Amino acid sequence: MRGFTIATALEALDKREITASWLFDTCANAITTHDGTLNSFITPTLEQGRAHAKAADDARAQGKTGPLLGIPLGIKDLFCTTGVRTTAASRILGDFVPPYESTVTQNLLDAGAVFAGKTNLDEFAMGSGNLTSAFGPVQNPWKRTGSEAALVPGGSSGGSAAAVAGGLVLGATGTDTGGSIRQPASFCGIVGMKPTYGRCSRFGTIAFASSLDQAGPMTRDVTDSAIMLGAMAGFDPRDSTSVDRAVPDYRAALERGVRGMRVGIPKEYHAPGMSPEIEALWTQGIDWLRAEGAEIVDVSLPHTKYGLPTYYIVALAEASSNLARYDGVRFGKRVPAETLDALYEATRAAGFGAEVRRRVLLGTYVLSAGYYDAYYLRAQKVRTLIQRDFLSAFENVDVLLTPTAPSAAFATNEVPDDPVQMYLNDIFTVPASMAGVPAISVPAGLDGQGLPLGLQLIGKFFDEETLYAAARVLERSAGFTHVPALWAGAAA
Amino acid sequence: MPLDAQTVRRIARLARIGVADDELVPLGHELDGIIGWVEQLGEVDVDGVPPMIGTGLAMPRLREDAVTDGNRREDVLSNAPDRVDAYFTVPKVVE
Repeated sequence: MRGFTIATALEALDKREITASWLFDTCANAITTHDGTLNSFITPTLEQGRAHAKAADDARAQGKTGPLLGIPLGIKDLFCTTGVRTTAASRILGDFVPPYESTVTQNLLDAGAVFAGKTNLDEFAMGSGNLTSAFGPVQNPWKRTGSEAALVPGGSSGGSAAAVAGGLVLGATGTDTGGSIRQPASFCGIVGMKPTYGRCSRFGTIAFASSLDQAGPMTRDVTDSAIMLGAMAGFDPRDSTSVDRAVPDYRAALERGVRGMRVGIPKEYHAPGMSPEIEALWTQGIDWLRAEGAEIVDVSLPHTKYGLPTYYIVALAEASSNLARYDGVRFGKRVPAETLDALYEATRAAGFGAEVRRRVLLGTYVLSAGYYDAYYLRAQKVRTLIQRDFLSAFENVDVLLTPTAPSAAFATNEVPDDPVQMYLNDIFTVPASMAGVPAISVPAGLDGQGLPLGLQLIGKFFDEETLYAAARVLERSAGFTHVPALWAGAAA
Repeated sequence: MPLDAQTVRRIARLARIGVADDELVPLGHELDGIIGWVEQLGEVDVDGVPPMIGTGLAMPRLREDAVTDGNRREDVLSNAPDRVDAYFTVPKVVE
């Protein structure tokens, strides 16, 4: 369904040019045709989706409206959906069928969205390549020019990114703990928004690192992102970290422009060994914003280099605590054993993949007696310094511009053996997560091998509107109309 | 301090994850690599810096002391890997 964006589909639906049932069937056909290769869905829900699309048509016929009425979406399989298996891409959840709905998906249903299924991800959202899923890797719809090598879609929201880029759905939900929306968006040539921490409810979203996890939209363009975030966001009394603050009309901010906007360029993001192509794209982005009237300001975020190690202590400590609930007793898979401890150990050994096991063990280590102060407490203090960097930069600028990721999508056989090298994928996305500020990735160009690259805008707390205004300028200036290999030769 | 087999075994025990004996040493090397990398935080001056616990954006709030949910026994038990009547089961823990 590359022909329609959410915005253009809504317009066509309003004008009765198309029906939601037709739109859904078109997506369902694309899923049937392409998902054998992409593997972007763990659990497609085409039958249920068809019924919901029909209901959306009926509602429209009765004169009802909704901000997403009849729009087919993919849902990252980390959001609990009533009656639909939710796996977190882990064996340990077995055939877990939630008896309740996450707030974000409920908000989308209330807005009239139609779910095409649950999308693939790294196990428990832990990964940067969608390679740790118990349901197999996801393939990026993009390929290098002249090469058939399968590329990763990024992670952890890799299934959502691939499904949107491939035109299997019009938009998808993602979650971002250290870059899991923005990095796959960059790898797949789509828009990914991580809102301010507390903007979207975490209720019913399977937890990885609770002080960092934040849901957001993954869409074809900036306008769709604004529409979808408006429907996802909002205060939720069931999430103690949800912030009680009105949701603005994001779409109204889209064409504000950047005239007079102060755009900060953090010097520490000139990472050593950064590819010249990414440097060039960054410079191009600066020029685009300047040409539209923005004022470019050099800023310093001195603790940037400590972002990743701090993240890996804080996130893994929280993960080891959050994942303690998977014990084979109340839900999920159980491996029977003679004693209770043996049951826990056997269940968790069989149920967790290698990366999740590694992270839970590390998290346990940094929280254990004798190491807590040296690792966990120290990391929390460094996190304060990282947040202060952002707060002081934002005293002087409205928004920051950086690359989203240090590289374009890579092939499965190019994945480094060293976990630390893999973690470096998130070097530009993690600091905003640590601070809790919003950030968006916008496709801005192609590298020499024909792969998409994204630029990241980072904003002030709850100032997603300024991000959208600046993102729209980048989008317009970049004129990114390239299509993935999946669609090469086909009518876009 | 290198993570020897005994330390890995202790951590795995704390995390309640079964690890086979022949995995202890390679796992120790993997974890050691990551620990060595995060130890660079030791060079940051954190004197007088308070720990950041969450982002501090949400205000603590009180709600009315009222029942808002409940009577969902079947829902709660619906995913139990093994149940007897209205109970989850575990291996015998008391002799």
